[in-house]
Amino acid sequence: MAILTKEEAKKIIDKVLAFSKADEMSVILTGSRTGNIRYARNTVSTSGESYDLALAVTAVFGKRSGSSTINEFDEQSLEKTVRRAEEIAKLAPENPEYMPMLEPQTYSESPTFVQSTANIDPAYRAQVAFDSIDPCKKKNLTAAGYLEDTTEFVAMGNSKGLFGYNKSTSVDFSVTVRTADGSGSGYVARDFNDTSKLNAKSATEIAMQKAMASVTAKAIEPGKYTVILEPTAALDLIQNMMRSIDARSADEGRSFLSKKGGGTRLGEKLFDERVTIYSDPTHPDIPKAGFDTPRGRAGGGGGGGGGGASGEGRPQEKTIWVDKGVVKNMAYSRYWAQKQGVKGVPSPQGFIMQGGTQSLADLIKSTEKGILVTRFWYIRAVDPQTQLYTGLTRDGTFYIENGQIKFPVKNFRFNESPVIMLNNLEAMGIPTRVNGNMIPPLKIRDFTFTSLSDAV
Amino acid sequence: MKRRDFIRSSGMGLGAVIGASIPVLGHAVSIEQMLEPKADAAMKKKLADVALNVAKSKGATYTDVRIGRYLQQYLFTRETRVQNIVNAESYGVGIRVIANGTWGFSATSDVSEAGIAKCAETAVAIAKANSKIQTEPVVLAPQKGVGEVVWKTPIQKNAFQIPIQEKIDLLMKVNGEAMKNGAGFVTSNLFFVNEQKYFASTDGSYIDQDIHRIWPTFTVTAVNKQAGKFKSRDAISSPMGMGYEYLDGLASEKIAGPNGLVGYRNSYDMVEDAITASKQAKEKMTAKSVLPGKYDLVLDPNHLGLTIHESVGHPTELDRVLGYEANYAGTSFATLDKWKTKSFNYGSKQVNIVADKIQPHTLGTVGYDDEGVPCKEWDLIKDGILVNYQATRDQVNILGETASHGCCYADNWNSVQFQRMPNVSLRPGKDKLNVMEMIKGVDKGIYIIGRGSYSIDQQRYNFQFGGQLFYEIKNGEIVGMLDDVAYQSNTQEFWNSCAQICDKDDYRTFGSFFDGKGQPSQVSAVSHGSATTRFNGVNVINTGRNIG
Repeated sequence: MAILTKEEAKKIIDKVLAFSKADEMSVILTGSRTGNIRYARNTVSTSGESYDLALAVTAVFGKRSGSSTINEFDEQSLEKTVRRAEEIAKLAPENPEYMPMLEPQTYSESPTFVQSTANIDPAYRAQVAFDSIDPCKKKNLTAAGYLEDTTEFVAMGNSKGLFGYNKSTSVDFSVTVRTADGSGSGYVARDFNDTSKLNAKSATEIAMQKAMASVTAKAIEPGKYTVILEPTAALDLIQNMMRSIDARSADEGRSFLSKKGGGTRLGEKLFDERVTIYSDPTHPDIPKAGFDTPRGRAGGGGGGGGGGASGEGRPQEKTIWVDKGVVKNMAYSRYWAQKQGVKGVPSPQGFIMQGGTQSLADLIKSTEKGILVTRFWYIRAVDPQTQLYTGLTRDGTFYIENGQIKFPVKNFRFNESPVIMLNNLEAMGIPTRVNGNMIPPLKIRDFTFTSLSDAV
Repeated sequence: MKRRDFIRSSGMGLGAVIGASIPVLGHAVSIEQMLEPKADAAMKKKLADVALNVAKSKGATYTDVRIGRYLQQYLFTRETRVQNIVNAESYGVGIRVIANGTWGFSATSDVSEAGIAKCAETAVAIAKANSKIQTEPVVLAPQKGVGEVVWKTPIQKNAFQIPIQEKIDLLMKVNGEAMKNGAGFVTSNLFFVNEQKYFASTDGSYIDQDIHRIWPTFTVTAVNKQAGKFKSRDAISSPMGMGYEYLDGLASEKIAGPNGLVGYRNSYDMVEDAITASKQAKEKMTAKSVLPGKYDLVLDPNHLGLTIHESVGHPTELDRVLGYEANYAGTSFATLDKWKTKSFNYGSKQVNIVADKIQPHTLGTVGYDDEGVPCKEWDLIKDGILVNYQATRDQVNILGETASHGCCYADNWNSVQFQRMPNVSLRPGKDKLNVMEMIKGVDKGIYIIGRGSYSIDQQRYNFQFGGQLFYEIKNGEIVGMLDDVAYQSNTQEFWNSCAQICDKDDYRTFGSFFDGKGQPSQVSAVSHGSATTRFNGVNVINTGRNIG
């Protein structure tokens, strides 16, 4: 019942809009079913399932807007919610940056929904936990993992006739495997729209292998090293940078994309010429809704923050952010785009970094001396001006010599900027899906490790 | 993570402080609705008894039920405009049972007798289903029922009753003064939380609590487009377990520091801090880039709180030590074998770190935790030695103790309660000492104020911290501002380098409003008290870079 069809959702939204006495009105209807199972010490610790269905109405008078939310859908409740949103709007402060609502738009459609994932039940989740725990137990290893599956829909409409609907599924699985004495640790994470692509057992085996192989790690001196970042590690740094690709901050002089003397670095070559990053809601491996889906919908009202993802219904289209090392696009809110007199694209809902044709094994084989990094941890911005981040390696860090993994090494703390890193690019492998993005394994020279950590 | 809504913070604002997004529990409601009371205690008792009786009849050997109403009001502004006002309410029931020696949990927003009965049944069914793969039956420390009791945060002004316009006026004044004093940009925010929780258990407890929290904060940014540089300074307020009275800005709660710097204890002057911050952000533009090397650090309580949180608070969480958080937050270096030796030198002899949920005005302070245990104070590190952990009813037996520490918390009715950090604080020094006197004794050092970038490994050995303000100390005097400062250390080495702690007059709390833990992630709020403290010979790095 929490997942409405396009027709059911449209019927409710139209009914709400018919009650409107405001200058403009928008309605967002969302529903989800999400379940999870969590395990640690080779046993299940918690599991649960929850449903949610909610409708948020935003009423606008002039430049004043107000929102109200409800989870009952009889006519009386809907009308009450509309009236309440209108009352709140009348009392709200004027928002000088308010943008009139969008006219109807055309959205691309992608296969974001997969029935197999929507069918997940408690027995399926328990089986995933068992498939992950059982092989670990047999090898005297300890598993701690988490599976979460979500089926959801979002529908939006406004008083100018705009309507959008998207139904999607996702499954996220991760497991950390540790040796019984705690001297080795390995990690793996997988995410899909289609859960039939998830093989918890074989994924867990990778984490098991890393746990066993990382026992008796040696300490080597921190410093600048050639590193091979597995996609999970590479994503963390590049995603942070992509989140800062906001036009307004750049124009205001407080971004890594701000230019000395004023203006922005749009059109400048900032990275190695092999770096191309784009977003595309129709990408077969990471399909997305064809429109800017709402975020922070409990808030509503005030017109969103600085980024572009304000959930106003702008189409998500294929957008090149970095082309052959050159910054091609920055994300705009509708207000900022209008103010700057540009079309302006919204923030991407996931990105694709183009890679090469080599496998991870190929990248290792071609490395004379280097460090293989499975995963980073506790990444925090140190300096937004230079995109400098710090964090640590975790759950499988290995020394490579003459094209072979020689021995496990103790974890490092790094201080590195993805901007510098993408100028020190040696090679890229085949992109894979990580957390809703496509990212290749990256070989980077002169990656800066600043200290050692005793953590396993 | 998908269960919840998040407000993406904008630009240079809160992003640096609390990560990319701010969780919002529940749905938007009007202010009038937030002020309307829900069911009274008698009604809640009746509903709770339904859960207790149904669960028992289905085979539960223990049951607790939480009927919770969670209110949040968040205001977001930048420069001259209000960006967003969030008024959200979340109301429902969470039922936790033990059946066949296994936990089961279920929650519902249907707060009717029928809804609660069905939910209790589901909780028992989940416990029984999970018991088939359970390997360690739950052992619960005994807790005598406390009967029908009430506890309220002792506030003077309920923030939810203060008119929204008054709050907007305050933030507009903050922003206006910041711009007048050199800030090119400013974002300011007010966060208010009210938890109305009714807890009942088969131990015979019926606990009605009304808990308030507040956090005013801002970020000012100075920009020099010609030089292509920008510098920010965040507020040095602290989130508190207080009402709106925290914003009174009482002179009696200000602590004078060196060079005209001011610290705030239990009352905050937001406008004054914004003016100071704007001047300091400008000053940072021309501050000297630090020479890397070993320095004696003088750490202000508004900075040291986060270091305590990360390097003592998290590693002494017993569930982490046992491996329950291995896949996400991590485990801990402070293992049981180290604790058992009774001689593990966590820090120098001066280091006395105490856990509590009873300090006035703090975020951790409540009457009872989310499994009905009365709150108390206990030592974690005594004279430098690791002596205890933070535990819940189902884990405290591992420490050979028969009563829980009262560290169980759930961030919402629909989240299952688990071990969360109490207040963890460094006791002030016994000898009379203020920060000016402390600085006089330092030859080569850095005085650090405010919460900056922070990162620590998954077992809490290696950390790196930045700050908001850095002052170079030479031969006992502050000689100027520094930039590009971060210090890296190892937890045990760092706390063993603790050389001197100011006295109780310098003591104040720092807080974390949205501390994350668990899968799915839950937030909690926690305070950390300390006086200004000196650490000798800590490794400082230079974080300046050039990206062309």
